[in-house]
Formats: sequence, structure tokens, C-alpha cells
Amino acid sequence: MTKSEEKVIKIATRDAYGKALVKLGGENTDIVVLDADLSKSTKTADFNKVYPERFFNMGIAEQNLIGFSAGLAAVGKIPFASTFAIFAAGRAFEQIRNSVAYPKLNVKIAVTHAGISVGEDGGSHQAIEDLALMRAIPNMTVLVPADAVETDQIIRAAAEYQGPVYIRMGRLAVPVLFDDTKYSFAIGKANIIREGKDVAIIANGLMVAEALKAAEELKEQGIESTVVNCASLKPLDEETIINAAKLTGAVVTAEEHSIIGGLGSAVAEVLSENIPVPLRRVGVKDTFGESGNPEELLKKYGLTAQEIVIAVREVIKQKK
Amino acid sequence: MTEIKEMARKIRMDIIEMLTMAKSGHPGGSLSAADIMAVLFFDEMRLDPANKDWSERDRFVLSKGHAAPVYYAALANKGFFPREELLKLRKTGHFLQGHPDMRKVPGVDMSTGSLGHGISAAGGMALAGKIDKKSFRVYSLLGDGEMAEGLVWEAAMAASHYKLDNLVAILDYNGLQIDGACEEVMKSSPLDDKWRAFGWNVLEIDGHDLKEIKEALEKAKNFKGKPTIIIAKTIKGKGVSFMENQAGWHGNAPSSEQAELALAELKGGELG
Repeated sequence: MTKSEEKVIKIATRDAYGKALVKLGGENTDIVVLDADLSKSTKTADFNKVYPERFFNMGIAEQNLIGFSAGLAAVGKIPFASTFAIFAAGRAFEQIRNSVAYPKLNVKIAVTHAGISVGEDGGSHQAIEDLALMRAIPNMTVLVPADAVETDQIIRAAAEYQGPVYIRMGRLAVPVLFDDTKYSFAIGKANIIREGKDVAIIANGLMVAEALKAAEELKEQGIESTVVNCASLKPLDEETIINAAKLTGAVVTAEEHSIIGGLGSAVAEVLSENIPVPLRRVGVKDTFGESGNPEELLKKYGLTAQEIVIAVREVIKQKK
Repeated sequence: MTEIKEMARKIRMDIIEMLTMAKSGHPGGSLSAADIMAVLFFDEMRLDPANKDWSERDRFVLSKGHAAPVYYAALANKGFFPREELLKLRKTGHFLQGHPDMRKVPGVDMSTGSLGHGISAAGGMALAGKIDKKSFRVYSLLGDGEMAEGLVWEAAMAASHYKLDNLVAILDYNGLQIDGACEEVMKSSPLDDKWRAFGWNVLEIDGHDLKEIKEALEKAKNFKGKPTIIIAKTIKGKGVSFMENQAGWHGNAPSSEQAELALAELKGGELG
């Protein structure tokens, strides 16, 4: 299912988002796109170029970006509202909660520049708690694509789904992992992208590529890994997670998010209630980010294949 | 106009009865808006209670969501749901929520309650109407305490930027909020100048004069290129002598004795 390591093509999920929007815009005229003065960065500018009559810049006013989107959805439009993750989930949290999720309106909150890989802009702009916030809201669907192919499929799935969706994308170009003719995303389903009996690595976002790298390295050490891409953070595919835990008896999660409230927490909740097995969470350790080169920051904050390998060795030691 | 006047009286009496039964809720800001709501729902807006999801209907968003009683009374009297339901306001297992819920209450176009949200959503609805070149209009009722919310001004800026002349905001300018006089809690005046500066057509009226309300709505309809705000000077608690101009009646329900007095006054009183 995954492409070979040799010829790695890198595309940012935000770039794939811009292209997906243009495609969908042609298929469904109910789709409208709103941005808050970041359209060149979020790539909604691509949509604006082709369908300017359905693109609305709301200026630097994220609360109103969400409020207007709610109103548009209440009259039958399918608004995609885009800004950076921190300004949607953070700045406009209560608009998302009360004006979108509470009335279950069909708004797609498609955010970019999530996580530490924002890089140079620094900690103020690096959302590391957005998934925790969004996951806690009833009626909300939370999706985290791992690469460009999955982004394309997720944007389509979100447009077809009736109800609020939060889609978390990144700034940094990341490896294309999947082949569109073979890969298939569905809301509520996790994808097993590698099978192995010793440990299950459950990841999403840019950490999926790291999980695959870690699995290769572990194989050389004689450890066989199952790798689960958990792009649908909510609804969570509990069955796949439980089965992976049953099969391997040890789990490591990996996410570009705080270990509090995101994928690691979600998986811990499922495991502790159903099949308590040793668990390690790779993620941001309850700290803010900082300015720097994205790759260097990912290393500094422990968001690497190496970190996953260490966690796997620890968790395997704990196995009964 | 006599019919509308009687409807406003009926709505006010419903508000008192609902809140007395509920033992909590917001009488002051519901009573102040009764005349505006009577004109909107029984004269101005194109609605069809038999077909509540009619796509061409005019939309209403209660941005000051705590005035839900006046909204519910208008909807029930219009025929969106049985009047008996009014007495189940805020009760467990019944659909009349403390603040408007579009998924539970027939006729409610947008869930509100958190201040500032309503006018923003109303802007989005008006924008949708413009995109599809539809003729429906969008009305939103705001409170003056609500003017302190930043989102109100974000929405105001965007509505004028996108020339949403199908949007009418009505400000229930009763001068009081929970902690006291608006001018003392957080001065928002001069509101006419502020809205004008944000690019709106501003009209000022007596919010208890049915004729003035009707004329202002008509003027708004004929004004092109800008959204309109009708600043309606009102009296908080209007129609019940002991509630009028009392901030204390913002969020307290009357006792059954107080309700009896209030209903007697409303029944006999000359309003509007």
C-alpha cells in the first residue's frame, strides 16, 4: 500500500487541500470557501482563482469566519472555512462549539499550519492542543491526513458528509505515502498500512511517515511492527485499535500534537477500557514550541522515527 | 395595527406565564422586544408555519438569545408549535430550551445564546441569499449589552463589506444589562455613529411604536447597497410597571403573586 522509500515525493497537505477544493468546486456548486486573510498560505487562493464568486475573504476575523460559515450552512451551503489551526480551534473555539457543532451545521473547518512543523513563526502559531479541543466537542468529526493522497480523499469525504468536520493539515512538505488507486480513506476507519506481530504503532499526520521509517529500522533489529494510520481521530476506529493491541500486546502512538488530549489520549482511553496493554505516547510533551527550522524542531521535540523506535523498545520490555 | 397591538399584548402575557412556570429566565429583555417581534412575525416576515423549512422564507436570528421567551411566544402564536408547549419552557425533556435551539424548536432558524454569534450567522445567511440571488431577507435582533462583544463588530464590518442589504439588524436599546446600566458597565454609545462608521444604514425609532417599527422595516427594504440597523429605543420590562427600567428583572422570573399583578396590568394596560 505504501510507496517505496527510494523515490520520495514530498507535498504539503495544504497544497493537496488547495487542489482538492478546486476539483470539488467544479463538481458541487454548493461549496463555498472562506478564509481569514491567509488564503495564500492555506492554499484556498487556488479556489479563489477559479471560483471567485464562491470565495469570501473575511479579513483577520476568525470568530466571524466561523459565524458566517454557520449562517451559510444554515441556508444549505457547504462552507470550507480555512485559517491556521491555532486561530480556528483556539481563537474561534466557542464559535465552533456553539454556532457549528451544537446545531450540527454542515461547516468544514479545514485548517493548515498545525503543529510544531509550522517552524519559524514559533510557539504562538504552533497549535499543539487543537485536536484535544476539537475532539471534546459533541457532533464534531476530526480528521488528520498523513499525506497528499489522503488529504484529497479526506476533503472529498468531508464534503460528502453531512455535519461539522475539523480537518487538520500542515505547512511542511511531507512524503507521499499512498497510491491513490489502492488507498481508501473512510470516516471512522483506521488503515493498517503494515502488519507485524510484535508491536502496534498507531500514528496520524506527518508521524505516519515516521512510523513507517521506524518500522523499517525495527525490522532490522528483529522487531515486526503493525502500523496503523489513524486519520479519523473522531470517530475513532476502536475495533482496529483493539485488534492491533490483541495481535501485538504493545502499543506506541505517534502524533504531532500534545500527548494530552490527542491521538495518544484517545488510544489510551480505548485500550484501558478494553484491553490494557503497555503503551507509550510519542508526541509533544506538554510544552509549547519555538521558532526554528521545521525538521530541526521535529527532532528537538521528539517527533521522529528514532523516538518511536526508543518507545517501541521500552514498550516491548513491558510486555507480559 | 390593532391586531398587531393585541398580539404584542398576548406575547407579553405569554412571557409572564412562561417564566412564572419555568421559575427562571429573562423577562426584562423579552418584554422590551415584544412590539418589535409582533411586527416582525405578524406583519413583516414571509413565513409558512405549515412548511417551516420553506427555502424562500425570511430568516430570523435572535442574537440576544436570552430573550427566547419573546421568540417562542411569537412562534407559538404564529402556529409553529402548540401554545401549551410555552408552559414547558426550560423543563427537562421538553423542547423549549433556555436559549433558542434550531434542532429542537420548530421555526427557529439558528441556535443562539452566546452573544455576538447571532448577527454573525445572520450575515452568513444573508450572504447565502446574495450568492443564489434569492429574495428572502434576514432579520436579527440584538441587545445593547451585546454591543460589547467584539464579534458583533467583526460581523458588522463583513456585512457592509459584502453589501448585504438583505440583512436588517434591530437593536433592542433598553439601556440595561445584568450588572446595571449599559453606559456604566461598558459604555457603547454613540451607537448610531459606530454603526454608521461600520458602513450601515442607521435608522432610529421608538421601539414600542408599532407604526415606527413598520415604517423602519419598510425603509430598510428599500435601502440598497448597505445593511440596515434599526436602533429601537425601548424600555426594559415594558408593560409591567414594577419591571420597567429595572436591571434586576434581566434574569429573574416573577413569583406567582408578581405574575398575577403583571398579567392584570398587561390585560388592562394601553400598550404600543
